[in-house]
Amino acid sequence: MLALTTSAPAIPVGVAPPRTSLWTRIIRNFWVRRTTKAIFTIFVVVSLTFFLVRLMPANPIEVYINSLIEQFGLPYDQARNQAAALFAIDLDAPLFLQYLSYIRSLLRGDLGTSLLSAGTPVSSIILRFLPWTIFSVGTGLLISFTLGIVLGMIMAYRRESVVDHVLSALASVLSSVPNYLIAMMLVVFLGVQWKWVDIAAMRGSMSPGMQPGFHLAFIKDVLYHASLPILTYVITTIGTWMLTMKSSTISTLGEDYVTVAKARGLPERRITTAYVGRNAALPLFTQLTIAIGFIVGGSLLIESIFVYQGIGLVLLRSITQRDYPVMQGVFLIITISVIVANLLADVLYSRLDPRIKLGKGE
Amino acid sequence: MTHAALMGEPTWRDVLENFLHSITTFLRLMARNWVGFIGFLVVIGFVLLALVGPYFVELDLKTNVSQIYQTPSWKHPLGTDHQGRDIWAQIVHGGKDILYVAFLAGLISTLIAVLFGSLSALVGGTVDSIIMTITDIVLTIPQFPLLAVLAGFVRLNSLTLLALLLAVLGWPTLLRAVRSQVLSLKERDYVEAAVALDMGLRHIIFSEILPNMMSYIIISFTLAMTGAIYAQVGLIFLGLVPMSGQNWAVMIQLAWVRGAIFFKDSLYYIMSPVLAIAFFQLGLVSMTRSLEEVFNPRLRAGV
Repeated sequence: MLALTTSAPAIPVGVAPPRTSLWTRIIRNFWVRRTTKAIFTIFVVVSLTFFLVRLMPANPIEVYINSLIEQFGLPYDQARNQAAALFAIDLDAPLFLQYLSYIRSLLRGDLGTSLLSAGTPVSSIILRFLPWTIFSVGTGLLISFTLGIVLGMIMAYRRESVVDHVLSALASVLSSVPNYLIAMMLVVFLGVQWKWVDIAAMRGSMSPGMQPGFHLAFIKDVLYHASLPILTYVITTIGTWMLTMKSSTISTLGEDYVTVAKARGLPERRITTAYVGRNAALPLFTQLTIAIGFIVGGSLLIESIFVYQGIGLVLLRSITQRDYPVMQGVFLIITISVIVANLLADVLYSRLDPRIKLGKGE
Repeated sequence: MTHAALMGEPTWRDVLENFLHSITTFLRLMARNWVGFIGFLVVIGFVLLALVGPYFVELDLKTNVSQIYQTPSWKHPLGTDHQGRDIWAQIVHGGKDILYVAFLAGLISTLIAVLFGSLSALVGGTVDSIIMTITDIVLTIPQFPLLAVLAGFVRLNSLTLLALLLAVLGWPTLLRAVRSQVLSLKERDYVEAAVALDMGLRHIIFSEILPNMMSYIIISFTLAMTGAIYAQVGLIFLGLVPMSGQNWAVMIQLAWVRGAIFFKDSLYYIMSPVLAIAFFQLGLVSMTRSLEEVFNPRLRAGV
């Protein structure tokens, strides 16, 4: 009895406990690493914009002070104070302290105030326009992702058929033509040549005088105004999803577990969705991270073509009107949204494919 | 090549024969993939149009009120614009700038990607993780808004400056591709054999690894060019690059800013530069399919 208790623990202690702790460590490691990476990237972008604004030869603060002196004949000190207030920066402090206080105010959500519409905080401008971009880009991406998966699978199942050839050609064309050119063609053909839609009435994110709320008229109006941007996002991204899904499905169809599933006599529908589709869609999630940044970046162009009142249009306007606090704040928010979206895509991916935590996370 | 080598001194005739032979081999390989071959022809066509065309087609930018919005005819193959000027001449003269910026930006970003991507893969360790961290950060920052913001600070009125800026931001995806390619090549038997035989790093890089990456590099370069065209035309269209002169992107921007696009008659005016850019992009992307066959020795032998 005594001999057993003394000799028995030697084996389990040496093997079992470290394995479980290693497991949890790896899992925690993946989340920690991924989140740290996201936070570090945000930090780099924040620092980059700060030094860009403060240290460029013709930096916006100097430009603004000079314009105040020229336009309103303000004395230098007063102009400087006004600029400091607008940019939420203490210009007399050493650069490093300025940087610290800039980060501190960012953490409080204070992004300064607009130069042009004086007194309007940048954060309120962002809150007003960002949801429209997230809505239109998100809907477009969701539709094209889902449709792309379905069409890609059809192409893979009907390999070398007429459907496959037509869809493949279409997908290659759509994925290589720049999205703003597609948007312009939509305006030229749908709006001007064939007059199917009223381009002028579709501008903005909703009709003037429309009361926001959960009623049918509002929802219809919002969808009406967002339809062309969403259509553009769908048309210009679907090609990539289709082609990736096709090649990925073809390679999945050759996997042993699919053959085994067929041999087991499982219903075709179940094999298609649970065995092939689920696994074939995995590589698309890695592409999703690149696609998000690209589409959000492209929204600058798409929104200005359709005059859709999203964050891209605000950024463009602030750049052309030299409204630096707005420009800086909106750029930060766009970048942070992309970083967060990437993080979410990665989290989703690792949920779908647990191997990622072991393989790439390490 | 063997012929010239056997004869000792190569005469200019041998050189010419050699050259012609490699050209025909190249074309034969390109023609294997007909989509790629058509893309190749389109690209060559546009390059010739932009470089040689201006010597044959005269550009007359004087306003001609009696000729506004003419439909295509023998005199005006693509019709005329809102000031009665020939569109075809503007298209012919408008390609050079776009091609120059795309080529330069593509070249520089490919060089960055190949240099640092292979360095990252070959050296490994800390160098690798530093390079990959920078790459990940640059990759995550949405490129087009960053370019637009930078254009607000820097006056991008020189084409070379614009190309440099595009190149500086355009390399991350290519670098990742090059790195993973080198990583897999590093493990191949013939590279390991060369390492075991102690043939020197230079020999290993230039004789064993690079030749096997040619298809990758050429395709990366082509794709980098399409990326540069996307960003360049986008920036000019938004009016963020004060660009003067004749250029497809400037044509689109003018048609847009002056509202010409909303007139039914302006179809040829707006669609000519739009289609020129779209077809050139399509040509470049399709061309990569053939290039893959030409430069990938394994594909060349098989199929």
